[in-house]
Amino acid sequence: MNTTCLQVQHASVERAGRQLFAPVSFELQASQAMHLQGDNGSGKTSLLRGLCGLSPLSQGQVLWDGQPVQEVREFFLRDVFYLGHALGLKDELSALENLQTTAAMAGQVLHLQEAEQALAAQGMSNRMHLPLRVLSQGQKRRVALARLQISKARLWLLDEPMVALDSAAQHTLIDLLRAHAAQGGMLLFTSHQALDVGNAMQVLRLQP
Amino acid sequence: MNIYFTVVQRDLRLAMRRKAEVLNSVFFFVVVATLFPLAIGPEPAMLRQIGPGVLWVGALLATMLGLSRMFEGDFRDGSLENMLLSPHSLGLMVFGKITAHWVLCGVPLVILAPVLGLQFDLSEEALWMLSLSLLLGTPVLSCVGAIGAALTLGVRGGGILISLLVLPLYVPVLVFGAGAVQALESGVGAQAHVSILLAMLLPALFFSPWACSAGLRIALE
Repeated sequence: MNTTCLQVQHASVERAGRQLFAPVSFELQASQAMHLQGDNGSGKTSLLRGLCGLSPLSQGQVLWDGQPVQEVREFFLRDVFYLGHALGLKDELSALENLQTTAAMAGQVLHLQEAEQALAAQGMSNRMHLPLRVLSQGQKRRVALARLQISKARLWLLDEPMVALDSAAQHTLIDLLRAHAAQGGMLLFTSHQALDVGNAMQVLRLQP
Repeated sequence: MNIYFTVVQRDLRLAMRRKAEVLNSVFFFVVVATLFPLAIGPEPAMLRQIGPGVLWVGALLATMLGLSRMFEGDFRDGSLENMLLSPHSLGLMVFGKITAHWVLCGVPLVILAPVLGLQFDLSEEALWMLSLSLLLGTPVLSCVGAIGAALTLGVRGGGILISLLVLPLYVPVLVFGAGAVQALESGVGAQAHVSILLAMLLPALFFSPWACSAGLRIALE
């Protein structure tokens, strides 16, 4: 059986008629992680958004289990988790309500207990009923990480997941990423910090 | 179909946590409908004649007040990205948002209109017809307005642009909505107007989520 899951062929992104980076090709297989590097404005975020289909790639193709993503979009979306700069959480809802609604939108059945455990694991157990607007930036990030924890997606696309986290939360995140890779998940992330996720890690540097 | 109710419930819950925004448009409607009779003076014949039109214009403008906020919050905090990346149908989720907008913005108008209509000395049948025409017309306003909101999402000065885009499309609803009540008052019967309102409602319900989804995809690129 072919274990290759995500294949990217000659992908590039254009902004305002200018190519952001030289076309890249890579493969991610089960349990593999890739650290996407590049200077500010080199197109890391654009590439991640292009991969999950939020914005178009100017050229190239993305294959999921050997098939173009456009053709298997629904299956692909069930298997991908994207965490961008905006966290996708509502300030008016509590952490718990946020987890439940985002899970429902991601097509996932989430039990209350599971949600509470995920928040507790992020050190948010005594704040899970507070509206998000009274929490700090880092605490909101922790709620987003709790989303990551309950996600059953195989491919995680994380855009700067370390931002605004204190060192305890950073360690929790790294453990989470390691556990995901150990369970056969795939990981593609950008970060300006070195992030040791395990031995199967590749580095891809975007060149203009 | 579950996702539809999830989105409706989520939007209603969000609105309950920021009541001021919801009350804003309802309050506007009440104020407009109350100031007109005061300004025009106590002439029952005149009031009866302008009543349906004033109430309908008030309802139309009240609906437009909240339009620009329809997708903006979700756009800013990234919830819209989650929706686009959901394996569920985006159209169904957008339809959920439109429904929530109507429940918060249209339903209060339908309920309040007969009460406010009393100030214009409208007959009982006319009050019922006013409610019926608003019941059929306000969902069209929400559906068409949502398309405008989706198309102008993320555009600077989007609020004015929405009005420009959406107002011409609102005119037929206004004409036949207010016309239904006037026709009934003048003894012609409002059946034709009601049929036309229904004929506008059905395609709006069907096509609007689809058009909104396309607009939202473009806005997020």
